[in-house]
Parts: sequence; C-alpha cells; structure tokens
Amino acid sequence: MEVSIAAAEAVRQANVDVISAYPITPQTHIVEHLSELVANGELDGEFFCVESEHSALSVCVGSEAAGARSFTCTSSQGLALMSEITYIASGLRLPIVMIISNRTLSAPLSIWNDHSDVMSIRDCGWIQLFTENGQEVYDHVFIAYRLGEDRNVLLPVIVNMDGFILSHVIEPIELIEQEKIDQFLPPYQPLHRLHPDRPVTMGAFALPSIFAETKKAQEVAIWSSMPKILETWKAFGDMTGRYYKPIETYKAEDAETLLVTMGSFGETASVAVDMMRKEGRSVGLVKIRLWRPFPFDEFKKAALHAKQLVVIDRAVSVGGPGGPVASELRSALYGSDHRPFVYNFVAGISGRDVAPSDFIKMVDKAEIEIEEGNKEGYELYGVRE
Amino acid sequence: MTEKLNVYAVRMLTQKEYFAPGHRACQGCAEVLAVRLVAKALGRNVIVAAATGCMEIVSSPFPFTSWRVPWFHVAFENAAAVASGIESGLKVLMRKGRIPNKKIVTIAMAGDGGTADIGLQALSGALERDHDFIYICTDNEAYMNTGIQRSSSTPFGASTTTSPAGKVKMGQITWKKNMPAIVAAHNIPYVATACPSYPIDLVQKVKKAADTKGAAYVHILSVCPTGWRSAPELSIKLGRLAVETGVFPLYEVEKGRYHLSMDFPTLRPIKEYFKLQGRFRHLTDDMIQEIEKRIHQEYEELREKAKKGV
Amino acid sequence: MTKPESEWTWKELTVGNVVLEPGNASQYRTGDWKTLKPVLTEERCIHCGLCYIFCPDMAYNLNEEGYFIADLYYCKGCGICAKECPTGAISMVEEEK
Repeated sequence: MEVSIAAAEAVRQANVDVISAYPITPQTHIVEHLSELVANGELDGEFFCVESEHSALSVCVGSEAAGARSFTCTSSQGLALMSEITYIASGLRLPIVMIISNRTLSAPLSIWNDHSDVMSIRDCGWIQLFTENGQEVYDHVFIAYRLGEDRNVLLPVIVNMDGFILSHVIEPIELIEQEKIDQFLPPYQPLHRLHPDRPVTMGAFALPSIFAETKKAQEVAIWSSMPKILETWKAFGDMTGRYYKPIETYKAEDAETLLVTMGSFGETASVAVDMMRKEGRSVGLVKIRLWRPFPFDEFKKAALHAKQLVVIDRAVSVGGPGGPVASELRSALYGSDHRPFVYNFVAGISGRDVAPSDFIKMVDKAEIEIEEGNKEGYELYGVRE
Repeated sequence: MTEKLNVYAVRMLTQKEYFAPGHRACQGCAEVLAVRLVAKALGRNVIVAAATGCMEIVSSPFPFTSWRVPWFHVAFENAAAVASGIESGLKVLMRKGRIPNKKIVTIAMAGDGGTADIGLQALSGALERDHDFIYICTDNEAYMNTGIQRSSSTPFGASTTTSPAGKVKMGQITWKKNMPAIVAAHNIPYVATACPSYPIDLVQKVKKAADTKGAAYVHILSVCPTGWRSAPELSIKLGRLAVETGVFPLYEVEKGRYHLSMDFPTLRPIKEYFKLQGRFRHLTDDMIQEIEKRIHQEYEELREKAKKGV
Repeated sequence: MTKPESEWTWKELTVGNVVLEPGNASQYRTGDWKTLKPVLTEERCIHCGLCYIFCPDMAYNLNEEGYFIADLYYCKGCGICAKECPTGAISMVEEEK
C-alpha cells in the first residue's frame, strides 16, 4: 500500500484520540486517508483540519494536556510555521507524535524532498527518528507513542519520512494485528492532566533564576530516554521480528571508508556498497536512525575504526561549517584519539535523485580529494557548473 | 444612577473565589477584576486556555499560580487553538469512557492583542469549527504587558508607545477594530460585550455563554490605569463612563439578534470620559468632536440593529 | 509554604514545571505595594458589598458583624473601594511607616 496510507492506518490502529492537521504536499495523503477513515466511522477519534499548522500543533498541545493521545503531521513550510510550538510542546513534556514528510524549505518554493525542514528544528527538544522505508514508517508510529508516553520519558516524538520518496511510494507493508498493538501500546496515562478534579497550572512563566534548572531537567530527560528508546525497540522487535537500532551498519566492521546516511538514502547506499565491495573496495555503510538524542557512543563504536567517513547530508546549512549531520559528527568525534577524516557531500536536495552510481562517484571523489590533501571536505554534489 | 440598582444583587453572587489574591496585577487593574468575575461566574468545572499577556503573567510566575481551576498557557496567538484541542480531547475521552462524563466548560482567555491581532486566525478557525467553548477577550486597548504598544483595538486618537502623540501624528490613526462584529459574522450562537463596572451583567453574560451549545464570545472592556494614564481608583468609574458615553456599548447578539443590555436616552459627552485619561490628553476639541460624531453614529446603528431584531 | 523559585534545584522541579498547588499565589504579600490603606467608618456602611465585588485583589472579607473589611495583606491601596462606596464610608489614609 502507499506509505502515507500505511502511516494513516498506523494512526488508526494506535487508537489516537485527537488528530489535527493542515494539508501540505507531500503529507496530504495521510490527512486525506484519515478523513476517509473518519467519514466511514472506522476511526474513533476527533479529527479536524485546522486553519494552519501553527494551530494544528497548538490543538495537539491542548488535547494532549487534557490527557488525549494526539497526532499531527506536516512538512516544510508547515513545520516552519509551527516551529514555535515544537519548543513549547517539549518544554511542557507532552508526548505528541508527529510524522514529518520531509520536504525542502522555501525559497525558492519546492515540494520535493530533503531534510532542511527538520534540520531547522534540531534543538526543539523532541526525540527525532529517521525511517528508510514504508514498513519503518508504519512501525514507528506505535514505537513513538509507547516511547513518548512512558512515565520516565514524557517527550514528544518526530518520525521523519522522506517526502514523495517514501510518502507517495507503494511498498509491501506488513500490518500488525490489532490485539498485538493493543498489548504493545496501552491507553495513555498522563502524569498530569488538565481536569477540574485536580486543578493544575501548566505553562507558568519562569524567571531567569529558575530557567537554567528547567532546561537542565529537560536535558536530563532527553538523555535519560536513551535506555527507554532501546527498550522500546527491543520490545517491538520481540513482537514483530523487526529490531531497530540507533545506528545501523551494513558491511561496516572492517571498512576503511564508511558512507554515512540518514533516511531513505540508506537503502540506495547499501546497493552502492555491494557494488563497490564486488570490486574489492573496503567500503561500508553507517545509517543514523536516531537523530535526537544523538547516539554518540553507538556511532563511535560503528565508525571510529575507519580511515574516512563520507557523510551524505540532505540539507544545506547555508554559511555554516558543512551539512548538519557532518558538522555534528565532526563535533562528536573531536574528543576521540583516532579521528577518521570526515568528507561531506550534500546530495539529493529538493528531491533530486541519488542513484547507487552517485554514491560510488561520491566515494571516489572523497578518496581522491583526501589523498590530495584536501582538508576542507565539503561539496554540494551534482551541481551543474 | 443605574449602577446603584445593582447594589444589593452583589450579595447574591457566590462568595467563592476561583482566582486567588497575591497576583501581580497593577493597583486598580480592572482586567484582573474582569478575570475574577469570570472565574466566579464559571465555578470549578472549567479548564482555561490562556494567551500570553498581562493576565497570564500576573497570575502564573513559577512556582506560584493564582488559578484555583485548571489553567494552561501555551503561546500568544493560539488560545483559541489550544482551547479547541482541550475541548476535543475532553469530548473523546468522555466518549471513550476514559474520564467520567460530566460537563466541563472549556474557555479561552486572551487580551486584545491575542484576539484581534496575532490571535485572530486561531479565533476565526475555532469559531468556524464551532467548538463548544467560550472565548473571553479582556480588552485593555493595547499591548499592555509589553509596555503599552498599540493594537488594532486601541481607540482612535489614543497615545501609546508605538502610536505616540507627536508633532506630526496625533496618536492612533485608525479606528478601533470591531471585534464583536467580526465574531458575530461567524454566526456563532452567542456574542456579548461586558464591563466589570457592571459586575452582575458581566456574570450573567458569562453564565449564558457557558450554557450556550457551541461557541460563545464575550468581549470585556478592561480599564488599565497604567496604560490609559488614569488614576487607579477611577477604574470602575471609567468603565461606567465608557458605557454611558457610547464608547463601549453593552449588548448581546443571540443567534444573530442584537439586544442592548443598557440604553440611554442621551449619551454622556465623550469629554467626560477622555479628560480622566492621560492617553487622550493631546486631543483637540475638534478631534474630540469628530470622534464623538462617529461614536454616536455607530451607537445609532447599533440601536437600529437592536430594534430590527437583526 | 512554597519556596521562591530562586531556591529550587533542578531535581525538585515537577515535570514540565507544572504547578500542583492551586491558588498558592495567596502566599505572596501584595500588601507591601500600597502607600494608602482603606479605613471603614462603620456607621456609614450599608453592607452593600460593592467594595468587595469591585476589589481587583479579592482583599475584602465579610466579618462576623456583617461588615466587609479589607485584608491589608493583599490590599494594594488602589482606592477603588473608597471611590465606589455609595455612602462614602471608606477613606484612603496614609499608611504609618
């Protein structure tokens, strides 16, 4: 089935109480299918299209605070519009789940895929995950709710899926039986809720004298969620046989050169790795699944042995020190005794196709440049000169 | 002396306070008085979604809160959206049997900034979706919390920090946005204007709004001595004068039918209202006359609407 | 007693900084703000309750004799009660230092 439809089906199966969204390409198929489900009486929740993405997330914040499991989805400009509220949702510790159908940010206007939208809210405090294929998108709706709603986590979760490349593609999806889901994902039990029987005040303002303590508490919360993330993935794996990890590798253990990707690039890159291995090259692949909180230890374990990392970003950090992922990886490796050289390509922006041959070309280029002593290691790939 | 007729009715209101003292509002703040009266009118079975503003700041400096009912502040422009979420969340939870089925009134509370300017979109959306909630706009006629900057609700001629009276410009150069009319155009079942200088009228209107099935809106004039540059002890008197001069008429629009809560055979001269406020000090007699002409004209139009039952 | 925010450690914070005690602002003495305080002349009082209903600080309480008396712990000295009293039974006087 189409991946967006699968995502909507997952929302239905997850017994979400309130769904509020605003249509934006390429998320529209999710909202449209949800509307159909409601119209046919197949979804027992409140679903409404609000008048903007800012209100969409605001509605979810309100309903989650009232104790209702809430969901929204968006892309690009919509995410940028609601970005103010993303910081608020995590500061208030409301476990909303949002699917972002990644799409590039204007200007110029483009409806096609890249990660610039989610990179603009890197610091928003949500747990952020990336998916590679339709099955992962479907699976992660349940994983995200169970993880976010855990009393020891209580953080909102973003599930990223590449717009069009995943959202509009038809793939085989193995649906999970409802009874299994109901066991995996019990109803939401909020720690605090808005209800007259126990009046609480949420969203009080903080003076400078208490703000740092509040942020410390929030940082501790997101870092402490790491064991819960691993636990949730394990429980999900036990249920379905599909085990997910924060960093996943492919033929990486003995590789001299490692490709590093995030999102749907991973599958294409693994084909490229196979092709290069056939020619006897020592290349492997490291895929980042968990973006926030960043899995430093797992990444180091997977990548430190290599001579060089070819990091493929899918967003441009204009005027910055390279693509977002490469910048963060360089930071992550800074304190290590042996540091592989990081060569950074930004590829596939605004949905331009990146084929296995492109990955090979990128690895070729990186290896040559590094040989020749190029210390900067950044290129916007495939630009016509 | 119409106001004195309310004298003994005050004792019939509940003595319970759902909004606690110790809040940080200015001396003589009629906005916080409006909030107090709204809280009295609604009782304990409410959930309040508040916008950023004076009332939010004075009532919620962590770790203190003046609220004795559930209260939620999110951002400046989305009180109506957050209230929509709360209302829907409660609806689903009750339908699914996860919380007991009992009436809980959802209310959104915002100032004139969070309603007529930055909050207009969310309000319009929530009204169009006809959520079952009350929207209370406490209108002190400027962005008071950030230091008295103009809003679209600032009356013509008023001096604010971003529409100051200077050598070339004489204060606010646009006419006050008619929020009740904009809301009424959404065809919601109940719209009203109120003022804490008429406490019984305000409480009755808020109760009516709570009993309305669907969206209800109450626009409350909130005298602000700090921003209007008036003496704190005059806040109630000024509210009364606003009504008696026709500047802020008290009326209701029920299912599209207008009725005036209070009418006067002749309106008091606007000068009596303006002269007590520093923000109008720079107005010339000509300007005051122009303003008064338009106020009277709009008042007549309102009277006509009420007569026709339109 | 809720301690002021400058004394809280990060571990003591509630999740999301939720305030669990409704109305605990009542611990805060806003009465320190005033320079004038209201004084009641009982003979003039008609027990109408206007001072009580118009007080933005909820500083009026009914005493056993049926008079509304200002709670100086909260009263900010705005003078609304004195201004609105129909019989002029309340006057604002300087607070002694």
